[in-house]
Amino acid sequence: MAIIGQILFFIALVLGVGFFTLNIKKLIRNIKLGKTVDCTDRKGDRFKQMAKVALGQSKMVVRPIAGILHIIVYVGFIIINIEVIEIIIDGLFGTHRVLSFMGGFYNFLIGTFEILALLVFVGVVVFWLRRNAIKITRFWANEMKGWPKDDANYILYFEMILMGLFLLMNAADYQLQLSGAAHYAQQDGSIVGAFPVSQYISPLLAGLSESSLILVERSAWWLHIFGILFFLNYLYYSKHLHILLAFPNTYLAKLQPKGEMDNLESVKQEVALMMDPNADPFAAPSGDDEAAEPEKFGASDVFDLNQVQLLNAYTCTECGRCTSECPANQTGKKLSPRKIMMDTRDRLQEVSKQIDAKKDPKEDGKQLLDDYITREELWACTTCNACVQACPIGIDPLSIILDMRRYLVMEQSAAPNELNVAMGNIENNGAPWPYNQMDRLNWANEN
Amino acid sequence: MNTDNINTEKIKVPTMAEYMAQGKKPEVLFWVGCAGSFDDRAKKITKAFIKLLTKAKVDYAVLGTEESCTGDPAKRSGNEFLFQMQAAMNIEVLNGYEVKKIVTACPHCFNTIKNEYPELGGNYEVVHHTQFLKSLMEEGRLRVEGGKFKGKRITFHDPCYLGRANNEYEAPRDLLRKLEVELLEMRKCKSQGLCCGAGGGQMFKEPEKGNKDVNVLRTEQALETKPEAIAAGCPFCNTMMTDGVKNKNKENEVEVLDVAEMIAQAQDL
Repeated sequence: MAIIGQILFFIALVLGVGFFTLNIKKLIRNIKLGKTVDCTDRKGDRFKQMAKVALGQSKMVVRPIAGILHIIVYVGFIIINIEVIEIIIDGLFGTHRVLSFMGGFYNFLIGTFEILALLVFVGVVVFWLRRNAIKITRFWANEMKGWPKDDANYILYFEMILMGLFLLMNAADYQLQLSGAAHYAQQDGSIVGAFPVSQYISPLLAGLSESSLILVERSAWWLHIFGILFFLNYLYYSKHLHILLAFPNTYLAKLQPKGEMDNLESVKQEVALMMDPNADPFAAPSGDDEAAEPEKFGASDVFDLNQVQLLNAYTCTECGRCTSECPANQTGKKLSPRKIMMDTRDRLQEVSKQIDAKKDPKEDGKQLLDDYITREELWACTTCNACVQACPIGIDPLSIILDMRRYLVMEQSAAPNELNVAMGNIENNGAPWPYNQMDRLNWANEN
Repeated sequence: MNTDNINTEKIKVPTMAEYMAQGKKPEVLFWVGCAGSFDDRAKKITKAFIKLLTKAKVDYAVLGTEESCTGDPAKRSGNEFLFQMQAAMNIEVLNGYEVKKIVTACPHCFNTIKNEYPELGGNYEVVHHTQFLKSLMEEGRLRVEGGKFKGKRITFHDPCYLGRANNEYEAPRDLLRKLEVELLEMRKCKSQGLCCGAGGGQMFKEPEKGNKDVNVLRTEQALETKPEAIAAGCPFCNTMMTDGVKNKNKENEVEVLDVAEMIAQAQDL
């Protein structure tokens, strides 16, 4: 009988990990739809940034309550997953607590896992309360209606169930060891593992027969591992990819001062040509260029963004710290930096589905601009970098806003009229206002 | 009578062209910026800073009619072409004069020349005027002390392009502390400071539809500290905050002043 369980476990493991791998491959394929960007510089600084911001959670604690709760859940998540190694070995080989040969250290580990599981459970309950009972504003914005709100709650329920199952499994196991059940109990009657939390649950199970206890322990064990495999595969369909992508995202995030915005390469060539007194304006394009389509300025769809921007979109976990710091959003404008990231991801997922269906995603009559992100949102931005500063994992919504403005201005001449006036003034008299450049030093002679 | 009193009318503002004609180079180029050149309120900041430069005997010059917009509002509105054209022209002028060091009272000019010009061929040491004044003070060239602001309740509004954009939060505050003011922090300050609402080209357009103007919200945050004056370090923030104070009918109680103006006033310049 036991061998059937082992085979079932093996199949579940292969299916779970296999399906996850396929989705990760798809994710990488989708990110590669973006333009390449060179991030091979300053490796040391990049690792430092990743260690500090992703591993060290340095920007999470800017908001101390959410920050500390998150650190508990994060540390709990990572450390409790060490236990998954044992679960996998036990599952494959039909052993019971195979790592218990480590003795005292094993007991210490299991004890730690239990305490962390309890802390994670409490943390997740508080998170749920913050979203659903206290109704913190950033979780109730327009873009959070429907799926995003449910998605966030599903993840919290999941974690509550997983932690609950882990503790229930240990409680039943402890009870079985106490009652000297075969396969569970040690020859010498000693207890394997320490159960600082589940020992308080096990009295509830004390009345059960040995076979019922085994049923409870096995069910909890199976549901726990199935839950983990399901959660792993849920990631790709949810906002929760940040648990993996926060690391590459912070590694690849901008290292320059926040105020520095990239100088468009394609424009550089054009300007160099215009400034070159020897350039022949009527020269025929050289052979190679003739066939090449001139590069599009700015972005109107996900293909025009770069790979880091697309990774940013997948990494966003919709916490809304960006939006709650955004001056435009705080004053009732439509712009929400979080929505910019969610729209980019949703459009990319739509494109992904069309590629899967062997259709040309550029021909679907839709694009990121207008179909997802409106011009009103783009023109509300003050480029103040509050959103970039607020993001705990290095996402840059401003760079997408700027690239889309570039498309509107340089490809469509669709800037708001007052901005066109200001830009016309800069072009004609070197200032955004209609003053003559020759009057620039007049202030020195005024009182 | 304070013999140090400096009347701007008596100050001759030297230009790079004049320096060149004499075969000299100044210690620093003062990049005045469009607001500092043309906006009536910002011109007062320019003059206050000129007085301080003169007082500290700084060997400086301006570009005068050879200066042009850095291109910041164009770039941030999405017009990269216009930005790079402006940058190319300015860099040609600056490199022609072999400029090494630039000081400016505008955080937007500061950010653009410091961060975006190098890749286009313009490499200079660029400092914001509060950083420059702080270094003058530390070198003992400029006295910054008490005067009329001593003990006054002052809050400082961080300009986005000085603070978050370039991580300079302390230079203006150090100067204010030297003025012995009672420095008050808004609940949103430094890296979390709220924008005045003027950046990204917003200065030159009507705001998008909303339920409040950004400058009004920021002014409310400033007024919460019950200040006697709001200190600023950017001509655009200055305009936005001044409008915000007017919107709250507090213009007779709360002044909006640039840090340079405060230092100049404290010394009765």
